[in-house]
Amino acid sequence: MSIIPAPIVRFYHRTASPPHFYSLANKLLPWLVGIFILLAGAGLYGGLYLAPTDYQQGDSYRIIYIHVPAAWMSLFIYVIMAVMGAISLIWRMKIADVVLISSAPIGASFTFIALVTGSLWGKPMWGTWWVWDARLTSELILLFLYLGVISLYGAIEDKRTASRAVAILALVGVVNIPIIHYSVQWWNTLHQGPTVAKMDKPSIHIDMLIPLLLMATAFKFYYAIAMLQVAKVEILKREQNMQWVKKLVETKA
Amino acid sequence: MNSFAEFLAMGGYGFYVWTAYGIALVVLLLNVVLPLLQRKQLLRELALKQKREK
Repeated sequence: MSIIPAPIVRFYHRTASPPHFYSLANKLLPWLVGIFILLAGAGLYGGLYLAPTDYQQGDSYRIIYIHVPAAWMSLFIYVIMAVMGAISLIWRMKIADVVLISSAPIGASFTFIALVTGSLWGKPMWGTWWVWDARLTSELILLFLYLGVISLYGAIEDKRTASRAVAILALVGVVNIPIIHYSVQWWNTLHQGPTVAKMDKPSIHIDMLIPLLLMATAFKFYYAIAMLQVAKVEILKREQNMQWVKKLVETKA
Repeated sequence: MNSFAEFLAMGGYGFYVWTAYGIALVVLLLNVVLPLLQRKQLLRELALKQKREK
């Protein structure tokens, strides 16, 4: 630790302490909600109203503004959980455990939304609700990984042991993430290839792309909002015998 | 898009588009509302516990 400057170490310990994190969450939340509403409002208006109709898929393609950002979030949140798992295992940081477990229900929700909206898009376009292709199957496995993290944490009584167990599961499961990402290239199947994240120009019209990026950014803010809400409950549960929580309960009552 | 009815019809794909948006909305709302209710409940329980201990 001696190679890290003292102010950084102090900052790290202060931010990482549960009461500090709790009050920081309270300060951040109104801003996050405000920015989310602006971004989602603009994204939905652009996506559902302003963006032109697709010449091949008609208006069914508008599901993209939920489907693709939700799918991106399902991967993004899992990577965050794996990073938090690593931090928790290496430095035994309490807040990393809290962020990891608080992210799981939101990640599971985005994975569920990606699968369901994909199904609702697949039916009119592919003629089927579901195929066992590589992209869909690996995304379904991701949903099971999230549910596995949630139920493993719930099944172990001692929360310190539970945190270590889910940290390891989150790290092991991260191998699925590149598989999901490259699945459309490795196995040529029904699911279309990437249209945005390509090395050359994205093959999507700019009026369609802007709302998509707005929604993707809005979902990042949504994740922060929902995760902090869950994290606040988790912190209160874990710290309920601490003096600061008792004081908080007194002022609220 | 001229009328509101046309907007809702989504070129014949209204059912698929609005079901997708509806399900997403419900799931995302639940993720924020449930922890809010849980926190209220927990704070109530903790307040009761503290009263008894006094």
